[in-house]
Amino acid sequence: MRELTYREAVREALREEMKRDETVFQLGEDIAKFGGAYKVTLGLSDEFGTDRMLNTPLAEAGIAGAAIGAAIAGLRPVAEIMYIDFSTLASDLIINFAAKYRFMTGGKIKLPLVIRTQGGGGVSAGPQHSQSLEAWYAHIPGLIVVMPSTPYDAKGLLKSSIRDDNPVLFIEHKGLYAYKGPVPEEDYLIPLGKAEIKREGKDLTVVAISRSVHMALEAAEVLKKEGIEVEVIDPMTIKPMDEETILRSVEKTGRLMIVHEACKTAGIGAEIAAFVAEKGIDFLDAPIRRVAALDVPIPFGLRLESLVLPQLKDIISCAREMVPLG
Amino acid sequence: MKIPPEKIKEIYVLMKRCRLFEERSIAELRKGMPGFLHSAIGQEAIPCAIAPFLQKEDYLLTTHRGHCDIIARGARFDRIMAELYAKESGYCRGLSGSMHIAALDLNILGAVGIVGSGIPVASGVALASKMKNERRVTVCYCGDGASCTGYFHEGLGFAAAFNLPVLFVLQNNQYEESTHWTYWGGRMKNLAERSRGYGVRGVSVDGNDAVAVAEVAVDLVKEVREGSGPVLLEGITYRIHGHHMGDPGTTYRDKAEIEEWRIQRDPVARLYARLLKESLITEEENRRMEEEISRELAEAVKFALASSEISPEEALRDTVYSGWPVALNKV
Repeated sequence: MRELTYREAVREALREEMKRDETVFQLGEDIAKFGGAYKVTLGLSDEFGTDRMLNTPLAEAGIAGAAIGAAIAGLRPVAEIMYIDFSTLASDLIINFAAKYRFMTGGKIKLPLVIRTQGGGGVSAGPQHSQSLEAWYAHIPGLIVVMPSTPYDAKGLLKSSIRDDNPVLFIEHKGLYAYKGPVPEEDYLIPLGKAEIKREGKDLTVVAISRSVHMALEAAEVLKKEGIEVEVIDPMTIKPMDEETILRSVEKTGRLMIVHEACKTAGIGAEIAAFVAEKGIDFLDAPIRRVAALDVPIPFGLRLESLVLPQLKDIISCAREMVPLG
Repeated sequence: MKIPPEKIKEIYVLMKRCRLFEERSIAELRKGMPGFLHSAIGQEAIPCAIAPFLQKEDYLLTTHRGHCDIIARGARFDRIMAELYAKESGYCRGLSGSMHIAALDLNILGAVGIVGSGIPVASGVALASKMKNERRVTVCYCGDGASCTGYFHEGLGFAAAFNLPVLFVLQNNQYEESTHWTYWGGRMKNLAERSRGYGVRGVSVDGNDAVAVAEVAVDLVKEVREGSGPVLLEGITYRIHGHHMGDPGTTYRDKAEIEEWRIQRDPVARLYARLLKESLITEEENRRMEEEISRELAEAVKFALASSEISPEEALRDTVYSGWPVALNKV
């Protein structure tokens, strides 16, 4: 199968949906000719024109407001917020307007709106450009939160997000844009709200988010040589989360580890641990463990940053502690 | 443009409808109607002098103090009253209450409870109109307080950048909660001056002189519809009651000041006096009109009280998300 980068896969999803549906348009800072800060939308303004690839003023609340308004008035906007760290500037409109508008109108209106952004660290981007803030948004009823880990998933999930009639926060990972993987040429969708078992195993369930999925898969390879069979699950949609797939896996393995780049306290791992404890505590043969970022700002220097963010070795040593030898 | 007599009379009837609705809703609150109530008594002239120049397809976004804004656009007493009473027959099935009412069949897209946040959304609505080549005007109401928010800046900035068909109407009722606008805005003559920062035309009028508002609004609506881009219209007015009905409004304002605006400068009385003077109305006609509106209000209250609340199952079914169920397990 043909290989695309994660960046190209996102771009292809955007292109296909804009071709398919003329009410889809994009807006954001420098997304037209410049192609966006991470060049995801490069070339699309040549193809679709700057009326449907709208460069905006540097104003995140303005972008969110414009996207919400356009969705109310019958279009399907895809807004780019350059960094999830900057989404704080738009978060009132996302939380108090987009997430509640359908409810406040008694369910009479649809808000088909995608906010694309990217988060995560590992590239020396410093404390204000490296955060993973997905748990904030997952906390809000009315929002859907999606975090793809592969080019294939990114394309199929983004197409589904654009076709969904609800506000979706689509969080890419800056460290994955150059990552290559197979993406078929034919049209396909990946349903929102469904997790995927990325690797099967019987000894330990690792639920990993976004880029951590790749680290978990790498760890699984290493641990296999030690006789530990790891099952890796990528929830893909953070909200609403596919609890069933995770619970069935934990029922099988009896052990659960959660890996994410967000800080540990009140990260989405806390929610996963909580629902497994509520609904599947009898499945567990060991305490649930979380491998997550330390509760500190993400540092600038790479050495310090790697001390703060979860690493391959952290997953491996945690797994060794969780699964008894022999 | 000069306003023909029949339009002036139409404006007066709308103002009267707003005034009597607001008075009745206060009475209902005192009888146990739920929620907060932000009375717009004293501010009726602005929305009522703009609405007659709008088309059915024009959009409206308003604020937490928005009853008059939507009544002027044709929202029905009974369905507003039912919404205020949290009944299913209300405009939003009782899920929005006073602060968030939307009447989508009238292109009234809603009121916002976060001050200022409707401004950038209005620009987005107008952006869609422009992209679809519609000749629709979006009217966005805000207050003096909202002009301090970043939303005002970003929303007007967007409308200016894309030459969007929005009429921003700033109802300067002079007090953001308890703080007079000159406390932070004293370097300006008025708040329409803010529009200069975006290269947008700004006009300030006496917002308690309905005819003066109408004379400006009729031209501005036409200009915006014809593609002039956004305009900011400020009407200087006064909020007779406190911020909401739990605030007496007298701890930060002189009684004499309130009385002056309530009596000498009352926009409804002012227009009535003018209509009488110009023989456009008689006292008898006015009395009959009041009675008719009061009857309609009594019917609206009856309708609201007789309506039932939405069932919890129905309230939470397909309202949080479109097409996604929500888990209803508290325990």
